[in-house]
Amino acid sequence: MSDAASVSGHSTNKAGRFVYVSGVVLLCAWVLIPLYLLLVNTLSSPEAVNSFPKSFLPGFDLGSLEFFAGFSGMLVALKNSIIVAAITMVLSILIGAPAGYALSRFEFRGKEVFRLLILLTRAFPLPLLALPLAVLFIRTGLDDTAFGLALVHTTLAVPFAVLITFSLFSGIPLELEEAAWTLGCTRLTAFTKVVLPLILPGITASAIFAFVISWNEVFAAAVLTIENRTLTAFLLQTLSESPLHLKFAGGFILVVPALVFIFAVRKYLFAMWGIANR
Amino acid sequence: MNARVLPYVLIAPVTLFLCVFFLYPFFLVAQQAFTTGNGFTMDNFREVVSYWKFPISLRNTFLLALAVVPVQLALSLLMATMVNNMKRGRDLVLYVWTIPLGISDLAAGIIWLAIFEQSGFLNSMLYGLGVVDQPASFLSYQNMTVVFIAIMLAEIWRATAIMLVIIVAGIGLIPKEYYEAAEVFGASPWKRFVKITLPLLRPSLQTALILRVVLAFEVFAVVAALGGSIFPVLMEQIYENQFNLQNGGTAAALALIVLAISISFTLVILRALRVPKGATI
Repeated sequence: MSDAASVSGHSTNKAGRFVYVSGVVLLCAWVLIPLYLLLVNTLSSPEAVNSFPKSFLPGFDLGSLEFFAGFSGMLVALKNSIIVAAITMVLSILIGAPAGYALSRFEFRGKEVFRLLILLTRAFPLPLLALPLAVLFIRTGLDDTAFGLALVHTTLAVPFAVLITFSLFSGIPLELEEAAWTLGCTRLTAFTKVVLPLILPGITASAIFAFVISWNEVFAAAVLTIENRTLTAFLLQTLSESPLHLKFAGGFILVVPALVFIFAVRKYLFAMWGIANR
Repeated sequence: MNARVLPYVLIAPVTLFLCVFFLYPFFLVAQQAFTTGNGFTMDNFREVVSYWKFPISLRNTFLLALAVVPVQLALSLLMATMVNNMKRGRDLVLYVWTIPLGISDLAAGIIWLAIFEQSGFLNSMLYGLGVVDQPASFLSYQNMTVVFIAIMLAEIWRATAIMLVIIVAGIGLIPKEYYEAAEVFGASPWKRFVKITLPLLRPSLQTALILRVVLAFEVFAVVAALGGSIFPVLMEQIYENQFNLQNGGTAAALALIVLAISISFTLVILRALRVPKGATI
């Protein structure tokens, strides 16, 4: 009796396993195939991109990318994107990390209010901030500058920086720091000699995350920059008139750093949201 | 520096920053929306609401959110459960599934444009299979349903990853003992999912839904890339008012409307998925 039962159990198990594995493969394909198609377009000549029917294999022609690089203003926009994202990255870590440390190490009055302020920022459509800031920036001379836009992007990125660093610092036992104090370190030297080296990879990950947030942002960038447009703003504003191969090459350039960066921070993605939810 | 002052010194920069660049701009946006030069007025709102594109863009934005968010919730729960039972290849699969997290909405729009445009891959495939004789123009007024589906697919493709990350992290926090106990008492996998995973996942579901719903009402670049002006949405209207009409007041009024919608949905989600007082994992 047990034989028959185990055989049928085995076969339903096998069928379930098949459904499960094909589900996983299907969902991977769902993510990867559109990316592959963008790659095909990017690596085909402009003529191939505009022709029909299209080949599903790349032509390994750099014509589209060359056209992209040669398009007036595109490389400047690319440079602007990198500058804005770099400033955002530095600012959000400089401002966010101390707060993350404070949240993980101290009990203080107003801690809950502070956490609420941080969480609140995520419930607001932040790019809308760009509208009033556009006026304010003109008055202060920050309009159309990389720094001005980076300030807005920092508003987007800093809550994440606080929450990620909070979860990172929480992962390092206080006892380590206390041991350093008893061995003659001050709070500052204990921090730089003990905590900082342990936490540096995590800080890098959260910095990269801030970079990606700024790199990808479209609305505020389009509202706040006119001459010094970032890549996203440039692509958005030329969408209606630019040829297809330019759009696809531009889209590809937007995607590449994202792929690398998500790979670099993949370990921290889950830890950070785990803590941030509580 | 003593331990009583230090935390305040540490949180001062970010607090100051958020006051200047988060709270103050919201005050400004409200001020801009309710004034036209001579005191308090509702004119901006009246002008915005009576514009013929407003009802369409409002409807489009809501329909899109309604079509996208539930699918994403179901899909991310399914993916999270699948990953949770995985023994080999978990990291690789998670990496692949979270790739869209790093991709901007503009790039996602462009990616799906490659599929849906007239000389695109969908047409090439249909032509190759002999379904159509000549490429159909999918992204046009004649095919509004296809435009909607293209935008919907692009949104689902791009933004499911953020929910997945939050839910996977949340499932990781649920103690394994609960599942073991349930198994001992003979609970089926489905029962375990409904009776343990879902209730204990409430804080994560809350965060994931709030974030996603707020972002769904902000939909902009995907629509701009795929639909252009044939599929108006609220954010596109704001952009239009700010730039092409050069009217900061109406743009601000629209912004406040988007803000009000976002906040009401946030409150509804917070209420619907509230964690009973004192209940912790």
